[in-house]
Amino acid sequence: MGDPRLKPAEHDFVAARRRLEAKPKSAGEKLTTLEDAARRVRDGDHVAVGGCLFSRTPLALVREILRARPRGLTLTRNLMCTEGELMMAAGAVERVVTAWMSIGLPWGVSKVMRHYVETGKVAMEEWSHLALGLRFRAAAMGLPFLPALTMLGSDLAGVGGMKTIQDPYSGETLAAVPALFPDVALLHVHRADRFGNCQVDGYPHMDGDIARAATTVLVTTEELISEDETRRHPDRTVIPGFAVDALALVPWGSFPHECYGLYEADFDHFAEYTAAIDARGMDAVGEYLGRYVYGPATWDEYLELFGGERLALQRRRARDLVG
Amino acid sequence: MSASVNAAELLAVMASRQLRDDTTVFAGVGVPLLAAALACQRHAPRLTMIIEGGIIGPEIAPGRLPISTNEMRAGRRATMLPAITDAFLFAQRGFVDVGFMGGAQIDRYGNINTSTLGTDYWKPKVRLPGTGGANDIASLCREVIIVTAHEKRRFVEKVDFVTSPGWLGGDGSRRRAGLLFGGVSRVVTTLGILGFDGETRSMRIEATHPGVTVEEIRANTGFPLGLAPEVVVTEPPSDDELAMLRALDPERRFLG
Repeated sequence: MGDPRLKPAEHDFVAARRRLEAKPKSAGEKLTTLEDAARRVRDGDHVAVGGCLFSRTPLALVREILRARPRGLTLTRNLMCTEGELMMAAGAVERVVTAWMSIGLPWGVSKVMRHYVETGKVAMEEWSHLALGLRFRAAAMGLPFLPALTMLGSDLAGVGGMKTIQDPYSGETLAAVPALFPDVALLHVHRADRFGNCQVDGYPHMDGDIARAATTVLVTTEELISEDETRRHPDRTVIPGFAVDALALVPWGSFPHECYGLYEADFDHFAEYTAAIDARGMDAVGEYLGRYVYGPATWDEYLELFGGERLALQRRRARDLVG
Repeated sequence: MSASVNAAELLAVMASRQLRDDTTVFAGVGVPLLAAALACQRHAPRLTMIIEGGIIGPEIAPGRLPISTNEMRAGRRATMLPAITDAFLFAQRGFVDVGFMGGAQIDRYGNINTSTLGTDYWKPKVRLPGTGGANDIASLCREVIIVTAHEKRRFVEKVDFVTSPGWLGGDGSRRRAGLLFGGVSRVVTTLGILGFDGETRSMRIEATHPGVTVEEIRANTGFPLGLAPEVVVTEPPSDDELAMLRALDPERRFLG
């Protein structure tokens, strides 16, 4: 078993360390435009996406990156959702690294994922959810791998080339989960100051580890706060400014996915999207890309397609759940 | 038992009874989560639910059931929201008593496939969504209970791909692979409750649901099933179990 698109160099901890040592780690200005942030993704990059499934997905960044028509990306996300489908349908991605991909139980197995993986256009490299988390954590710790008790004995262990190691103390067999150092991390957070200090409410997901694992970190934020505000609540900061390369202010930057406490995911939108795919297959995804990705020139124009009433309703629903 | 009990309701009630008070359960969304929520409300108030999106101790709101494991609905009134990796590490440390999971394809040793149908992983005939946290739950919890509809196409002699390890090939092979802890203890289905022989680790019938025969279970299973020394008949769902369950899912999102 194997696939030529597997890239063992992704866990080269020495090279990853050298890359980080060579780049500036400034406490200075990180604020820029969404367009400028998105331009930092190059063809062939390994891109890790923060959030999880339809929670705090950096969709504004994904959309802006797709508008530049990139090619040959590897996309890694623990649970992959519509952002992965759009990346596949846009022809941007040749490999995904994930534990699970679809939208959610009510909408069945992703037809887009099935089409691209079953026809061999995209390779799907599967790791267990914890193993993928440990890949980011090992990288965040600057280590080549972490020992673990998961993925042993299963066929999953053979997919991404995971090896085992003998515990030098007890002699037991352990999984040696390899680090994963992505080229670029895409993250969306609740608030940040202009120097890139980021704060998150609710689910941390894997964002803290991903920000430490990647070479380049691009962030969008719902709200821009002052440096004084960061310093008043430093305990809330989950990513330090020196780890961030570019920050853009993008309210509703995850929509129609959710942002904890601010807006609930738009399940009706998912239902319409999947119904169109059920009816017209991959053509429907192409039309969706035209309408939502390539059509609107700005994120504000994109949001207008949903309308203020819909956004207000999703905000009320979020407050109702978390408030 | 009311004649109007459907398969999902029966499954949720039977699964909820497997959970004991003063324990912890790692629950997947859908029927496993409904069953755990029912147990919390009814007979296990000191049961803690852990959900893989990074949620500990949520109180699921009737009518606003979560669709995924990591959205606001899933974490409602939770006591802690750890990072996802840390949520799983509670299981690796040994804090999680029961892993509660579904399954697409299951074999006689309780191995589960949710990855690919076909013989070559890289050229799948059908690509399924994948493991999510299922492999971790199956590897790390003290005990795993599988909750699934009982259909011949699901209960196969050999799964195409072992996504989540049960007893692997039986006879100590799980332990030899380095899986020191846990294993599948029971499979709760729409027809009965299955367990595993203590030595061969081969699946066997432990209980039938009311009105279901051993022959019927065997006819809906793609491999030979042994019998536990004593095969019992489960108690039908009570009116209060059904009322509480139905109140949790008035939209019938998971109860059908």
